[in-house]
This record gives sequence, structure tokens and C-alpha cells, in this order.
Amino acid sequence: MSVHERVPPTKITAIYVYEAPVRLWHWINAAAILVLCVTGYFIGSPLPTLSGEASDHFLMGYIRFAHFTAAYVFAIGFLVRIWWALVGNEHARQLFRFPFWSRAYWDGLLQEARWYAFLEPRPRKYVGHNPLAQFAMFWFMTVGTLFMIVTGFALYSEGAGPGSWQDRLFGWVIPFFGQSMDVHTWHHMGMWAIILFVMLHVYAAIREDIMSRQSMVSTMISGVRTFKDDDPD
Amino acid sequence: MARLETFYEVMRRQGITRRSFLKYCSLTAAALGLGPEFAPRIAHAMETKARTPVLWLHGLECTCCSESFIRSAHPLAKDVVLSMISLDYDDTLMASAGHQAEAILEEIIRDYKGNYILAVEGNPPLNEDGMYCIIGGKPFVDQLRYVAEHSKAIISWGSCASFGCVQAARPNPTRATPVHQVITNKPIIKVPGCPPIAEVMTAVVTYMLTFDRIPELDRQGRPKMFYSQRIHDKCYRRPHFDAGQFVEHFDDEGARKGYCLYKMGCKGPTTYNACSTIRWNEGTSFPIQAGHGCIGCSEDGFWDKGSWYARLTDIPQFGIEANADKIGLTVAGAAGAAIAAHTAVSALKRAQHKGE
Repeated sequence: MSVHERVPPTKITAIYVYEAPVRLWHWINAAAILVLCVTGYFIGSPLPTLSGEASDHFLMGYIRFAHFTAAYVFAIGFLVRIWWALVGNEHARQLFRFPFWSRAYWDGLLQEARWYAFLEPRPRKYVGHNPLAQFAMFWFMTVGTLFMIVTGFALYSEGAGPGSWQDRLFGWVIPFFGQSMDVHTWHHMGMWAIILFVMLHVYAAIREDIMSRQSMVSTMISGVRTFKDDDPD
Repeated sequence: MARLETFYEVMRRQGITRRSFLKYCSLTAAALGLGPEFAPRIAHAMETKARTPVLWLHGLECTCCSESFIRSAHPLAKDVVLSMISLDYDDTLMASAGHQAEAILEEIIRDYKGNYILAVEGNPPLNEDGMYCIIGGKPFVDQLRYVAEHSKAIISWGSCASFGCVQAARPNPTRATPVHQVITNKPIIKVPGCPPIAEVMTAVVTYMLTFDRIPELDRQGRPKMFYSQRIHDKCYRRPHFDAGQFVEHFDDEGARKGYCLYKMGCKGPTTYNACSTIRWNEGTSFPIQAGHGCIGCSEDGFWDKGSWYARLTDIPQFGIEANADKIGLTVAGAAGAAIAAHTAVSALKRAQHKGE
């Protein structure tokens, strides 16, 4: 058999899934989360002490500045993303919906879980997120982001002071949780929840890219989902 | 009812000159954060208003609030505030005792219905029908409800009355309950702290008597003028925090140089109080100035928020006590191990089916 043997042409289906604002938000959000986690960790457990005069350094100031700036990017990005869910395509809405009452959704979730448990020979094809991904996206990203924005701005309002818009919008959160220390602790736990999501998300995206029947990583760059086969379902 | 003495008349009777009276008025105005034009208004109020009776009840408490109150360094507070407010009942300070003392309560409630201020130090325990705190042969909770009924307003002195404090800490065997959860139909001013700062206490009383209204309160019912900022916001060691200069051990160079106590678990960043501005004992010092972190004694449930020497608090809900970082690292570690194992199985499965 020669290497020049002609391969019968296969049709590759490609669908435009993620519009530019969604992709842009994804990467900006990823960068913001990275900055927020690193600086947030160092606010909770500061770096080793610096010697000399206080006027020589501003390390905690810079760390907190980076945290607050990234937090604004994170929060404003989330608002823009909500707006895009309203005006964008069908797939832009998936992040904000959890089809709790859909039987087909739970069936799909079970199938996907079985695929991850090596009990299914091959997964189903999805244009958007698969049901398991949607589960993680909704609870960790949509609810998680909202939780971090609400608790984060509540903590920020403590510095901004009574009467500030942060205080008027989010100040109620502090007595709701008990006291400031509780909000700090829950905000810190929220960081770990997001770190857990990022670990699973990156792993699943790369694994799906290799092993599933559709493209993953490149889809969040080009916006185009390609399928590796044309089998129905 | 006979004409009641005004504050001013009482002060003059106590031998206070008009000059020191006016000084007191301007100092009070300054302490309350009011402009100089308010000093004459305070003076006018004191000259014309009848004294308001204050009944000071003691529940489950340690008397540290009273101890603090009588040490107020505010010029005339020690001598005058006690007499000017007509502190008619305070079982730790009053001369009378027994039935004679208890009779005063009845008298005030009868003569000043709806017109006296109730100050509560400590809180009522509710378990066993309140039998864990008996005053004059009756459960304290009954006395509190009885006296509160006809009061104009209630001042919750200290963290006990405001939030529960040590006797309400887990597991709270006596079910000690803060005042606002027992009395729900009266305006309540919380003045938390263990104890509250003396000048804060006298200023709250003075404000209420002078302006005949309760001071502006925040969401948690604390006077905004003293509890709207954290210790951290006005701490003189704040520049060291911003610089990243911390005390790492109580005996290190940083401790000697007065660096920030954040790493020693200082609760300044999460505690609303006026210690870093008003300070204690005639403005001498406050915990952070003495080299120890703030323990957050004016915050709700501060006994149950983990170590005073750690910023990351223990979370007892997780069985063994662990802080957010320990829990997070454990979960992240477990997830990492799971991912690694899953990758290995995935790779094997794929290799198996490669030939098909």
C-alpha cells in the first residue's frame, strides 16, 4: 500500500457556537480569576514580613489593589456576560439556565457521568455544553461568581465606608452571615470552590478535546465546534 | 408630680461652675462629632430639660460594663453623668438594697410611664424558665420584660446584652439570649464591647438626653458615630499593614518595632469599634498599642470565631476543626489525585481500543 493512497473524504460538520464576546469574556474572566486567587490567598496569608521603614514599601497595598482591580474586571465582565446572554445566540444563555425539570437533561447527565466512569463506550454529541459540564458551569461559575461578587463587595464596603454604593448594595451581607469574620471565611471557601472548578474544567476540556466526539479547546478560541463523526447521536 | 430638677440645676447643686458646665457642653458636642454651633444647643437642653430616669438592670454579666462606665475620663462624666441622668436603679452601684431597692423600680415605672430609659447590662438566660439568673427572688427575664414594657428606649450595654458574649458561646447551656431577641417592641441601642469604651457609653447617654432621641444606628443597631469604622481603618499601625510589615512572633524584631499584628490574628480588620481613636483609660492606650492584636470583643459571637491568634478562623462544621485553607487544600489535593488517576485510566482505555 502506498502512502499516496487516497483517503475517502469525510465530512466534518462545523457549527459556530461561541460568539466573540463570549470567548473574550471567557479569557478575561480566566485571567481575572487567576489574579484574584493568587492575591486573595496572599491577603489571607501575607508574604514574609519586609524590614525597614513602612514608607519604603507598599506590598500589601499593591496586592490588595490588584485584587480589587481584578474584582472589578470580574464583576463588570459578569454583568456584560449577562447582557450578552440576552442579546447573543442560544448558546450564550446556557450558562444561566439550569433545566432542573427536564427529564432529558437528567438522562443526559447520567449518560455523561457513565462515560466519565468508563461505563459507556462513547459519549453523546453536544453543540453546547454537555449536561455534566452545564451542571458544573451553572453551580460553580454562575452561582459561584455571584456569591464571590456579593461577598467580595460586602467586604469591600467595609473599607469604602457606610453610605458608599457598595455598602448600600451589599452591606446587608455582613449581618446576614453573622459578622465580618464569617464573610471573610466564606469568601475564602468560595475561592477554593472556584479553584476546584478550574482544576476540573481544565482537565475535562483537554480530555474531551482528545477523547470526545467534538472539539473543545479550539472552540473557545475560534468559536467553531467541529465534530469528528457524522453519526446521528 | 413635683417639678423635676433640670440637668443644669443638678450640676450647679453638685458644685460645678457655669464655666465648666459650658466646657462640658462643647466637649460633648466635639465627642459626638457635632459642630461648635451645637454646644449652645446642648447647654440650652441641659438648662431646660428635666432629668430622665435611667434604670440599669444587670442580668448574666461580669460588671465590666459598669466598671468601664464609672471610669469615664470625659471631664465631668464621673461626677456629673451619674447624677444628671438620675440613675435611679443600679443594683451594683445603689446604696439601698433588698425590698427598698426593688420598690424603686415600681415607683419609677408608675411615675414615669413611657418616659424612662432602660439600660441593660448582661442578658437573660432562657433555659429552665430563666432560673439561671435570679434577681430579687425572680428570674431576670421576668424583671427585664416587666421594666422594658413601659420604657422609652433600651440601651444594651456591652456584648452580653447586644450579642450574647461569653455566656452565649457554644454550647450556651443556659440559653443566654441577647436583649433584642427577648424585647422586640422597643427601640434598642446596642453598645457592644467587652466592655464598651467608657466615653462611648457616656456619650450615648448624653446624646439621648440632649437631643431627646436615639442616636443614628447602623444595620446592627449600633450608634453610627462610634461603630461605623473598623479598628483597622484608624489603626496607627495601618501603614505597616499596607507596607507588608508584620509581627511574625511576639518576640521578634517586628514586634519591637511595632509592625502590624495581622499575622498574630489581630481582628482589627473585622471589628467595628472606636478603640483606635478614643482609646482607653483617659486615652492612654488600646490593645494594639500595647502590642497585642484586637480580639474583636465588640463583634457578634467573637468567642466562637476560632483562635484569637489566627486570621483564618476554624470552621467547626467540618467535624474536626479546620480552617478554610486546610479544607481547600484537602479538597484540591483530592481533586488533583482524582484527575491524575482518571487521566491514567482514560489513557489505558484509549490504548486498549486503539487498534479497533
